[in-house]
Amino acid sequence: MAIWFAQLSVDRWRRSNAIKRGEGADIQPTALVTETAHGPRIHALNDAARAAGAQIGTMLADARTICPDIVAAPADHAGDLDFLEKLALWSQRWGPWSALDAPDGVLVDVTGAAHLLGGEDRLLEDVSASFAARQLITRSAIAPTAGAAWALAHFGRSKMVTDAIIAPQDDPMRHLSDLPAAALRLDENVITVLRRLGLKQMKHVYAVARGHNIDDSQRHGRERDENGRSHEKIGRDALKRRFRSKSPTANPLIRIDQLLGYVPEPMLPVIAQPMAMVQRRLMEPIRHRTLLDQVLADLADDMVRTLEGRGEGARRLELGLWRVDGEVTIRTLEMAAATRDPHHITRLFTNKLNDIDAGFGIELVRLRATWAAPLGLAQGDIEAASEQRGTSLSVCLDRLTVRLGKQAVQKPVQRASHIPERAQSWQPPLDADVPSQQLLEFHKRPLKMLDRAEEIVILDASSNGHPERFRWRGKIHEVARVEGPERIAPEWWRERSTVRLRDYYRIEDSKGSRYWIYCNGVADDGRGGAPLWYLQGLYA
Amino acid sequence: MPRSSPPIPACDGQQTLTAGAILAEAKQRETRWRPGLGAASHSEVFASGNDASGAGLALALACDGLAVEDAARRADPLADAEDHRAILWVQDAQAIRRGGRPYLHGLPKALRHRVIHVAAKTAQDALFALEEGVRCRDLAFVVGELAGNPRELDFTASRRLSLTAEKHGVPLWLVRLNAGADLSSARMRWRAQAAPSARPRWNRDAPGAPAWQAELFRARMHPPGQWILSDEKGYLRNRKPTTRSPATNHTATKPPAAPPGHGDMVRPTVGRSLAAL
Repeated sequence: MAIWFAQLSVDRWRRSNAIKRGEGADIQPTALVTETAHGPRIHALNDAARAAGAQIGTMLADARTICPDIVAAPADHAGDLDFLEKLALWSQRWGPWSALDAPDGVLVDVTGAAHLLGGEDRLLEDVSASFAARQLITRSAIAPTAGAAWALAHFGRSKMVTDAIIAPQDDPMRHLSDLPAAALRLDENVITVLRRLGLKQMKHVYAVARGHNIDDSQRHGRERDENGRSHEKIGRDALKRRFRSKSPTANPLIRIDQLLGYVPEPMLPVIAQPMAMVQRRLMEPIRHRTLLDQVLADLADDMVRTLEGRGEGARRLELGLWRVDGEVTIRTLEMAAATRDPHHITRLFTNKLNDIDAGFGIELVRLRATWAAPLGLAQGDIEAASEQRGTSLSVCLDRLTVRLGKQAVQKPVQRASHIPERAQSWQPPLDADVPSQQLLEFHKRPLKMLDRAEEIVILDASSNGHPERFRWRGKIHEVARVEGPERIAPEWWRERSTVRLRDYYRIEDSKGSRYWIYCNGVADDGRGGAPLWYLQGLYA
Repeated sequence: MPRSSPPIPACDGQQTLTAGAILAEAKQRETRWRPGLGAASHSEVFASGNDASGAGLALALACDGLAVEDAARRADPLADAEDHRAILWVQDAQAIRRGGRPYLHGLPKALRHRVIHVAAKTAQDALFALEEGVRCRDLAFVVGELAGNPRELDFTASRRLSLTAEKHGVPLWLVRLNAGADLSSARMRWRAQAAPSARPRWNRDAPGAPAWQAELFRARMHPPGQWILSDEKGYLRNRKPTTRSPATNHTATKPPAAPPGHGDMVRPTVGRSLAAL
C-alpha cells in the first residue's frame, strides 16, 4: 500500500500554527519557501496560493508578480522528514512493515493484513479517515507491487476507493495504462526525455518495453503473435541503449519491470528504536537523600544492562522524579562520550541531586537515555581481575605451563625404590599422589640432590674408610664429622649385574657445609677397578 | 683508641649514658630481629652455590614465618586445622646445575607433599614464574633460586616482585647463589653461610641439626645483625648468643667522633639499597 501525503509540508505548517484548513491564515495565499543561492524558491503552496496561480518550484519573486499578496513562510525539510518517519512508524498499524518514500510518501506492506480491517477497500477507507482526523491530505492505493501502488496513489484519477485497488490477479496495466509516464517514479530529466521520445503515457512505455501496443493487441490479437517478437526486440533494445543507467530512477525499463513485478525492488524498512528507559516505582515514597542515591545506583545498573544489550552507550540521560503530589523534577546529564559505566553515571548525577525538593516523597524514579550512541561491547580485563585478587592455583599453573612448558612445572612424588635418585619422580602438579608406603625415617636425606652425582677426589682417607680430605669443584674440603656408611645395594631385579653397591656417608666439612657422598663399590667386589667417590646430595 | 664498652667511653670517666641513649638501646633491642617474628614479603638470601645453606636457611625462615601465621590461624576456631597450600620452588638452569633439585625425602616433613617445582631455563623465565607465583593467592610462599647476578634481575624487576608480593601477601624467598649484593628492593636481605652444627646427642661424630651463620645486612624494620640459626626439629632457633653484642653492633654503625646529637644521621649505606633510604 502506498500512502501519499499530497501536501505534507503545508499540512505540517498548518498543524504547527494551529490553523484549520481554509480558515484563518490559510485564507491568504501562502508559500513555503526554501532559501537557495538565487533567492527564495517555492517549496509548497496552500490552496489559496495555488488558486491564485503560483506554482511550486518557481522563485518567490516570480510568484509575487502573479500574486502580489502571497505570504512567504520558511519550509522545514528536516522537520518534514522527521514527521514522515513518525508517520511511517505509525502506519505500521496497517501492516507489519513500512518504508519511507521520501519526500512525502509511505509504503506499507499489507500482504495478508487487509482482512483484519475487513478487506482492502475498508482498509483504504480507514487510512483516509485516520489521516483526515490528523488533518493530513492523503491519497492511498493498494497494488501487488510498490511501484503500481505508488503510481495509483499519486496519479490515479478516480475518486472511487475501489479504483485504487489492484487485486493480485488483475492486470496492472488495465488500471495504469492511462497514467502519465511520471507515474514510473523517474527523475525529472528522464521524464523529459521520454516525453520528447513521444512516450508520454504509461502504456507507451509499456508497449516499447514489452514490445506490443495495448490498443493494437486488443484489436489485432492474432497479428501480435506474428510480429510481436521482432517489435519487442527492437523497442526494448532501443530503450536499453538509450537508458544505460543501472539506477532504477533513471531507467524506465527497470521501473516498468519493477512495477509489473518482473524484477524485485528492495526497500529499506523503518524500524522503531525505543529509547532505553528504566524506572522504579517505590512502595514507600522516599524523602531522604541516601535512599535516593541507592535507587539511582540501582537504576544506573539497570540502565547499563539495558544499554549493553543494545550495544549502545548513553550520551544524554534524563532522570525524572515523580513526587507524590504530582510534581515532576527532571535532571538531565550529558556526557562527552558514550558511556556504560554505572559508577560514572551515579557520580555525575549525585552532584545534580543536591537541590531536589522531595516534598511529601518521591514515588517514581525514571531514568531515560534520550541520546544513545553505539558503543561496542568490551571484554572484561582478565588481567585486572588477577591483579586485584590474585590468581587461583590452577590459573597460576596454567600460565606457567603455557610459557615454560609442561616439563618445567612438576611436583616431586616418591617412588618405590632404594636408589636415592630413583626414589623420587616427577609428575604434573595437580595430579593426585600415587599411593605409596610411608617413608622410612631411619636416615636423614639431603635437601637437594644434584642431577648427576659429581666425582670427588679423595686426598686423605681414614682407616675407617671414609675420606678425611677431598677435592670437589676445585676446592679442598676437610671432613670434620661423618656418619656412615649406609650401604645401598643395587636393585638386582632392575639393573645389570655389573652395577656396584654404594656406601653413603653423611659428612660435614670444617666450615660446616654438609654433603652426602658415596663410594661406588667396594675394593674387591669384582665389578670394576678401584671404587670411585661421588658427591650426590647437599644437606641444608 | 681502644674502646672497651661503647656506652661508657673511657676517655672521660663521667657517666654519659643518658636517658635518650638508654631508650635508643631498648628500642634497638626491641626491633632486633629474632625467630618468630614472621616473614617479610620479599627476602633475599645470598649464599654459596656449593652447598644448600641458602635454600636451607630460606626454607627454615619461611617455615618460621608459616608457624607465626599458623599460630594466628589456630586462634580462629573456624579455620582449617592444617595448612594445605602449595609451595612454589623456582630454579633457573644454572641454579639446578650448581645446587641440584629439591629432594622429596630431604624436605621438611610439613612441606614434603606441597612443593611444586619450576625449572626455568633462563633468569627471565624464572622471574616470570616468581611473579606469577607471588600473584597466586593459593600459595603459602614462593622460593626462588637464581645463580649469579642476571641482567634481568635489576632494581625494577626486584621492585616489581616486592610490590606484587606485598599486594597479594605471598612471601617470596629469593636465594641468590654466588651473587653479589646488588641493588634490590627486598625487605630483608640475608647472607647465609653454613655453620658447624651442634653435636647430636647419640652420635657425637655425626653432623647434627643444620646450622647457618646468618647475617641480616639490610632490613627495613630491623637493625642489621648476625646470628647462628639452627633448624631443630622444624623450629628455628637462635643457637647461641651472637658473637657481636647488639650494643657493639649499634655503636659500630656510629662514627666515634660524631657528637651525640648527630649520631643517628650518619648511617652507613654500604649494602643497603636505595629503596631503604
